[in-house]
Amino acid sequence: MAERSEEVKLLGMWASPFSRRIEIALTIKGVSYEFSEQDITNKSALLLQLNPVHKMIPVLVHHVKPISESLVILEYIDDTWQNNPILPQDPYEKAMARFWAKFIDEQICVAAMNVVGKTGEEKDAAVEATRDLLKFLEKELVGKDFFGGKNLGFVDIAATLIAFWLMRTEEIVGVKVVPVEIFPEIHRWVKNLLANDVIKKCIPPEDEHLRYIKDRMVKLNIKPA
Amino acid sequence: MASGEVKLIGSWASVFVMRARIALHLKFISYEFLQETYGSKSELLLKSNPVHKKMPVLIHSDKPVCESNIIVQYIDDVWNSSGPSILPSHPYDRAIARFWAAYIDDKWFISLRSILTAQGEEETKAFIAQVEERTELLEKAFIDCSKGKLFFNGDHIGYLDIALGSFLGWLRVVELDANHKFLDETKTPSLTKWAERFCNDPAVKPIMPEITKLAEFARKLFPKPQG
Repeated sequence: MAERSEEVKLLGMWASPFSRRIEIALTIKGVSYEFSEQDITNKSALLLQLNPVHKMIPVLVHHVKPISESLVILEYIDDTWQNNPILPQDPYEKAMARFWAKFIDEQICVAAMNVVGKTGEEKDAAVEATRDLLKFLEKELVGKDFFGGKNLGFVDIAATLIAFWLMRTEEIVGVKVVPVEIFPEIHRWVKNLLANDVIKKCIPPEDEHLRYIKDRMVKLNIKPA
Repeated sequence: MASGEVKLIGSWASVFVMRARIALHLKFISYEFLQETYGSKSELLLKSNPVHKKMPVLIHSDKPVCESNIIVQYIDDVWNSSGPSILPSHPYDRAIARFWAAYIDDKWFISLRSILTAQGEEETKAFIAQVEERTELLEKAFIDCSKGKLFFNGDHIGYLDIALGSFLGWLRVVELDANHKFLDETKTPSLTKWAERFCNDPAVKPIMPEITKLAEFARKLFPKPQG
């Protein structure tokens, strides 16, 4: 009899926020999966076959069928395994969750990446732009443990990109994009994340992660601070 | 949940607004269409979508929902017992529909729009080639998703039909402007037939903008440099 865990395979990369989102979701659902670590600088034939359009991780393979794009995969996981729902049940709350997740990927992620490698006035402008966007999320967290309310939800999973990539790399980039004085709610939310067992299990180990980011910046000719 | 006043902030020319309107029509929902004036943004729009300040915004029982594909899914969720299902029922088919809808907005549309803003012949040619390549992918996606039926969604128009079909007016405008056909019987036979079916669907036909009117509007939005 085939192992149940072989039915679910995740092609990912240990330092990718998009890959880690999927691991968080599968762990919340208690779904066993086989993880296949991919070298994104030398893409495997399997990856190119399973995601010919974007050639990127993560790719979830379930019953031999591949699904790509992290937010699409998260919705698929929530549709397929109904325990511990990730998206809210209420249609309006669901729409809001989708809205904020899209906002994180299309606006915040882009703005935050724009800070890296900039200096002087350009850097200041990039930081301000990122902070203006983060202020919307700051407001969303008022009175809540997580974006999802009492439990981790869709937006929290998407926003781990902020907690463990944007905020972790602040020292390396050379500026506190998310200072606690301006973003007390976000900082409180990060503490809640760090106390959560699923998050503790699924985020990259800090030291190794910081070393990786420094290395990458050197390779890309960006001076770490 | 399904009761309550429905308003839609939008414009006759917007692809994204059209998506919301098609979804409302499919579900037989009456709504007040609040048209924005070109060149300015109403107080209601700015208040209802403070993050992006863009249309469409669906306002249902005074609660605003933004982002066209999110609005379409919201309509499908709320009015789930009215009209046909907009999202496919199987989780995998839903994932594929969402994947291609994201591709259409993030890649295909961006190249298409770039043709209108391209500077010079070389740049225009490069974007045309990009749209050709990306449209070919969508032709294959149609064959995979439709499984021999009339629409991406099967027998009835659905999420992915709406996502791509709403662009058909603007696609025609770009084809005329660039003097290049992206949808034709030899290159994209399935999509070409699908496009005609989509435009003639009763939920679509009354609101598909007239091409000459759209082309005139495009000239205002994307003025050509002199000479």
